[in-house]
Amino acid sequence: MAVYGSMTELIGNTPLVDISALSPNENVRILMKLEGQNPGGSVKDRIALSMIEAAEAEGRLVPGSVLIEPSSGNTGIGLAMICKARGYHLKVVLATNVSIERRQLLEVWGAEIIESPGAEGSNGAVRRAQKLAAEHPDWVFLYQYANPANPKAHYEGTGPEIWRDCPEVTHFVAGLGTSGTLLGVGRFLKERNPAIKVLAVEPPAGEIVDGLRNLEDGYIPPIFIEGNGAELLDGKRIVRPRESIEWTRRLTEVGVFAGLSTGAILAGAVKTAAGIEQGTIVTIACDGGWKYLSTGAWTDDLDTVESRAREITYF
Amino acid sequence: MSVSVNLPTVLRVHAGGTKTVEAEGATVGEALRDLEAKYPGLVGQVINDEGALHKFVNVYVNDDDVRYLSSLDTPLGPSDEISILPAVAGGAVDQSGFPGEAA
Repeated sequence: MAVYGSMTELIGNTPLVDISALSPNENVRILMKLEGQNPGGSVKDRIALSMIEAAEAEGRLVPGSVLIEPSSGNTGIGLAMICKARGYHLKVVLATNVSIERRQLLEVWGAEIIESPGAEGSNGAVRRAQKLAAEHPDWVFLYQYANPANPKAHYEGTGPEIWRDCPEVTHFVAGLGTSGTLLGVGRFLKERNPAIKVLAVEPPAGEIVDGLRNLEDGYIPPIFIEGNGAELLDGKRIVRPRESIEWTRRLTEVGVFAGLSTGAILAGAVKTAAGIEQGTIVTIACDGGWKYLSTGAWTDDLDTVESRAREITYF
Repeated sequence: MSVSVNLPTVLRVHAGGTKTVEAEGATVGEALRDLEAKYPGLVGQVINDEGALHKFVNVYVNDDDVRYLSSLDTPLGPSDEISILPAVAGGAVDQSGFPGEAA
């Protein structure tokens, strides 16, 4: 093991672990890439570094710069870790209903938190950040939902790592948030082997978004549209909160302690495994379980956790 | 064939506040158009003037997004359920249109 020059050099090259003991089909292997091993604790470290380095290369970011970003937590945490080390000031627009640990971690890294109403979910945080960025043209708005450095981090990092470690992959199953992981990994894998299926799992409910008054308030990430996401994906499935929690718990049977979104993705992967004859499914553990301990996800009564999970944004 | 259609909060106003309505049809498109007679104004929110799914609407048969099946031509089976949901940013999906979810 070499000596690393800085923590950012530890981002990426995460381990791929065989969790086929949870596969419902003995002819289908399921492998999970443990992104919680990144130094900031989630897959989002990859895009945080990629977006910051792209902005530095363009000369938009200089020491002392102020950044603003909407985040349900992980992107904010990844950015905050790097910003603290590089001398940038980060403001994160955070919905009020994220788990307490996410807020605490942002504080650890010295990020300033700007609250947006929980009932508006991520849509509300995105709108607030867009408005503040427009009002403060001197602030740097990386905007993960529209930044090509987001899918690029996965096209150049996550995708090649999967192909290197598991060229026999037949299906890639990941969560659809900003769509960066699916676009970057999906495009890379299909270029290597067009037969590989790329499947999206939609996040389970955080806060029930009754704040949405009409459908024109809907939102599709610009990178999904620009990256022809609708053509790239072979399927998209939604997973309920209860299934997410159940599969988050099942993961501990194979020694994986992961966050709730990982349980949702695994639920999708397991359904895929049940519906095919044979193959190798590669999936993603977005983060570790640490930030969700306060939800009681592993230990409390399932009904209680389910109702609590509706009130937090965790994708 | 009669199927249940689960509506998101934002569309229930067109169905007298009802969360789930019944529709007849062999495909998703037929079932949705069947609703137009019973609940004027509802389907116009889901299908655009060109006869395609509205950009910010996702329609699911059971748990699968029909855009990745055969869209409005997706066939329906006897125990299938249709759910309509608005497209939102990652991290906050309105699941109020699904059965068994808090409304």
